[in-house]
Amino acid sequence: MVVAVVLVLIVVGSVAFHFLSPWWWTPIASNWGYIDNTIIITFWITGAVFAAVVLFVAYCVWRFRHKDGQKADYEPENKRLENWLMGLTAVGVAAMLIPGLFVWGQFITVPAEATEAEVVGAQWQWSYRLPGADGKLGLSDTRLVAADNPYGIKPDDPNGHDDVLIEADYLHLPIDKPVKMLLRSVDTLHDFYVAEFRSKMDMIPGAVTYFWFTPTRTGQFEVLCAELCGTGHPYMRGGVVVDTQEDYDAWLAGQSTYAQLYAPEVLKTATID
Amino acid sequence: MVDATHGPDAHAAEFPDVELYHPRSWWTRYVFSQDAKVIAIQYASTALAIGMLALVLSWLMRMQLAFPGFLTFIDAAAYYQFITMHGMIMVIYLITALFLGGFGNYLIPLMLGARDMVFPYVNMLSYWTYLLAVLVLVASWFTPGGPTGAGWTLYPPQAILSNTPGQESGIVLMLVSLILFVIGFTMGGLNYIVTVLQGRTRGMTLMRMPLTVWGIFIATVMAMLAFPALFVACVMMLFDKLLGTSFFMPALVEMGELLPHDGGSPILFQHLFWFFGHPEVYIVALPAFGIVSDLISTHARKNIFGYRMMVWAIVIIGALSFVVWAHHMYVSGMNPYFGFFFAVTTLIIAVPTAIKVYNWVLTLWRGDIHLNPPMLFALAFIVTFVNGGLTGLFLGNVVVDVPLSDTMFVVAHFHMVMGVAPILVIFGAIYHWYPKITGRMLDNTMAHLHFWVTFLGAYLIFFPMHYLGIMGVPRRYFESGDISFQPPSAHDLNIFITVMALIVGAAQLVFVFNLIWSIRHGKPSGGNPWRATTLEWQTPETPPVHGNFGRELPVVYRWAYDYSVPGAAEDFIPQNQPGTNPPHSEAPRKRKGTKP
Amino acid sequence: MSVVVMFFAIIAGLAGWWLARQRLTVKPWLEQGVIEGVPDFAASRDPAKRVGLGFLLAVIGSLFALLTGAYFMRRELGDWQPLPVPPILWFNTAMLLASSIALEWTQRAVRQRNQTQLRFGLVAAGLFAITFLAGQLFAWSELAASGYLVDGNPANSFFYLVTGLHGLHILGGLVALGWAGIKAWGRGGVDSVRLNVELCATYWLFMLFVWMVLLSLLAGWASDFVAFCQQLLS
Repeated sequence: MVVAVVLVLIVVGSVAFHFLSPWWWTPIASNWGYIDNTIIITFWITGAVFAAVVLFVAYCVWRFRHKDGQKADYEPENKRLENWLMGLTAVGVAAMLIPGLFVWGQFITVPAEATEAEVVGAQWQWSYRLPGADGKLGLSDTRLVAADNPYGIKPDDPNGHDDVLIEADYLHLPIDKPVKMLLRSVDTLHDFYVAEFRSKMDMIPGAVTYFWFTPTRTGQFEVLCAELCGTGHPYMRGGVVVDTQEDYDAWLAGQSTYAQLYAPEVLKTATID
Repeated sequence: MVDATHGPDAHAAEFPDVELYHPRSWWTRYVFSQDAKVIAIQYASTALAIGMLALVLSWLMRMQLAFPGFLTFIDAAAYYQFITMHGMIMVIYLITALFLGGFGNYLIPLMLGARDMVFPYVNMLSYWTYLLAVLVLVASWFTPGGPTGAGWTLYPPQAILSNTPGQESGIVLMLVSLILFVIGFTMGGLNYIVTVLQGRTRGMTLMRMPLTVWGIFIATVMAMLAFPALFVACVMMLFDKLLGTSFFMPALVEMGELLPHDGGSPILFQHLFWFFGHPEVYIVALPAFGIVSDLISTHARKNIFGYRMMVWAIVIIGALSFVVWAHHMYVSGMNPYFGFFFAVTTLIIAVPTAIKVYNWVLTLWRGDIHLNPPMLFALAFIVTFVNGGLTGLFLGNVVVDVPLSDTMFVVAHFHMVMGVAPILVIFGAIYHWYPKITGRMLDNTMAHLHFWVTFLGAYLIFFPMHYLGIMGVPRRYFESGDISFQPPSAHDLNIFITVMALIVGAAQLVFVFNLIWSIRHGKPSGGNPWRATTLEWQTPETPPVHGNFGRELPVVYRWAYDYSVPGAAEDFIPQNQPGTNPPHSEAPRKRKGTKP
Repeated sequence: MSVVVMFFAIIAGLAGWWLARQRLTVKPWLEQGVIEGVPDFAASRDPAKRVGLGFLLAVIGSLFALLTGAYFMRRELGDWQPLPVPPILWFNTAMLLASSIALEWTQRAVRQRNQTQLRFGLVAAGLFAITFLAGQLFAWSELAASGYLVDGNPANSFFYLVTGLHGLHILGGLVALGWAGIKAWGRGGVDSVRLNVELCATYWLFMLFVWMVLLSLLAGWASDFVAFCQQLLS
């Protein structure tokens, strides 16, 4: 009896907690509302299944608990019932999977008009690089990283000279413009994660990973590292500011380029010539 | 029905099996024993002992999360050492070892009507290698730098970089310990598999095996094929760490210094690790599935519903679990197109798993449910497993995983599904088989106290934790209080979770006390206290002596689930009882007697 | 990756073939009484040891398949510089082959109950295998002397790793072979070693096969073959 009541309370309590709890996702600030929708669909389907199964167990425990003289039924199997349940489950799974795959297809297809922004992770801070006036990021190599070249930019690649470098500061992005985040790490695995953007991706030393999104809300958002990167992992924080176009342009005008900051030798010789 | 090989005439005094090992001294009987039952108890005791360490570590972690700075000896390095050791011990050295080394060793020979495992000597070596692995692991606490703090996934390059605690020697000992574990496990695994294939008694066809044996059997086959991936990953990482190779190590600049490695692939390690790691989830789950089926059937006095489907589901889950590993790597930066394939395979695996859940609950339907402690734990397993399994549908669905991966949602999910749920089964199984192992019942009052606190407490720990993850709180944060989007109430939730964790942990002390106390003071149980059908309950002595079944091996005449057979005198018919069942139709009977 | 897929497809195929013959579709609740066809364990443990070896080989196969998979994945990463195959490997291969042939021959001796030939065969197999291991060590020292150190290039690292793991498995096999030798000189006579020799011969054949695959990998033929297949596909 107690068991059945507790099982019912678990269902009621879990559902109540779900609707009443103050802990829920942050207000979204990107175009990935689709992901939130998929989560909602999944919540409804899985929630219904959870409630159904546990309530069924509660009913069985209450109705068929042992009493003197009671004997259980003998029913080795019921193919029809099993097939029905299997079919229903398959439908439920498909209902979650199909929208999920559809959205994933969008998630990995970067729109052609997306601008690039590079994030460089290093223990334990975030740096950013924007492609500058020519719209192209210069080549980079971890082996070139040094005190006078924290990004490991190849000094002889002219595309890199006008790259805007944002060190130890917040990245600004214009609202409603799709952006492809190129993710790079110079030391270990990191993961660029902004809860409000609903997207994240690991950064791997020696490789460039990416994801894309469109900021849809102005404001300042915290960047967290979501892949264990040593003892300083929880302190690896940064920020992204989503601006209106005017604010963004004003901010960008105040930033320095690679050439200005580190004056690569190649550039000097190039200007002398 | 007695033939020459099994008959008493063929062999006068000894067991018919002349090759059976016989202990000659106290040492070979109890310490270097080759008897699977003794080895089982050695495995189980070692696993539970090291598990207590992991439990204490979880307390310390929770203390840090709820009351940062209160325990001054926990700094970030210690915290990461705690999470690493907690995870690794719980997954490998406790649950895997306990299910396969403990329950596998005890139950396979007894349930199949065998005198022992087929290779008793190798079986003994398996335990001692496992013990050595555990000791090497524990030894890392006493080396300079302490144990590794790389997280239980040991992802390179971080695992062997200088900002990871235990970089001096802890990581080396961890890898060596894992290699030893794999070797030891392979020795044991050969025994479990070949005993199932070759050691069954007369009449014990595969389809008459209890689902416990099916679960352990398939899990062992999977483990034998999956553990080599862990072995390879560990050996290669040892090379990277000790010999300076670059299997997994790319060129990287650590704290301003370019390391001599170049060109390696951290992703390669992740593939190898999860090629082991995902089957590992089912290596833990399948024995739990099997055992819980038998607990439910026995204590509901009803045959397991859809036995054939249950067997097929175990086999299908085992096979599918080898093609889903990369769902742990959706945001690892691997080729994003893999996401389509692995999301589909992952969600397909939900179907056979769901079938198993339906069949458990349908077994309860029109049963005669005795709410004994094993049954209570089985019911709790259903609740927690369904909960954890359903949250798996979030994480398996590739795009939903993107916001949730590496958050507390993942922590809550895998603790619910492969922490709480299998451990509840372990508890249920211990309450169920303890009378057979010791001849005494565990104390019922302590059992109920243990059950209610553990079940409700664990649910209250991990259910709300999902919502921290949905909010976006990352896992593996030494301190998370200052995250901008986190309302102050989240910290209250953290304190609540910690308090619950301390209470649940304390309840395990009651359980351990019960285990020890009942050896002497428990109520004598008799040979078959649960009136169960399977062979381990039909041994002539309880606890079963060496050789298990006296002079004659039992002969099996029926499947393992003849409970409440219509027309039978008792509500169970042991597997070794000859005779046919009264005829009955296959269609479900109309329930009679409730209405006039 | 394709190596791993292939290996596991073979394993899955074998498992499926075996399972299909196990009457998994019967309704066990409808059958009472003894069903024959269950292996009679009490009669002999020999089949158990054969089955056990079969599974051990599957585990070892899984190990080397994954290693090969890792080899191919790592080779794709650009900094790979193949190293020359030390000529002594050909000699070593011959030794391993000779060792395996000696064991086959020993098996024949067991069938003919010829104790002298049995002992001779076991010693020959052991010596050939030890020569193989010594030759592998020589190959290591030769490579190291020419500057191909283990941490030099991933190709070198894989060479040492792969040959080392294979050698350890041969070493393990030698322990089993030594045990067979002890029995062959013991009182049990030829029949007592029958199974040991048979299992050793199977193990040796398997390790020979693994070595052939590894050698083709290290010599670069496997890569050429894979490249050829990729060309065919594209």
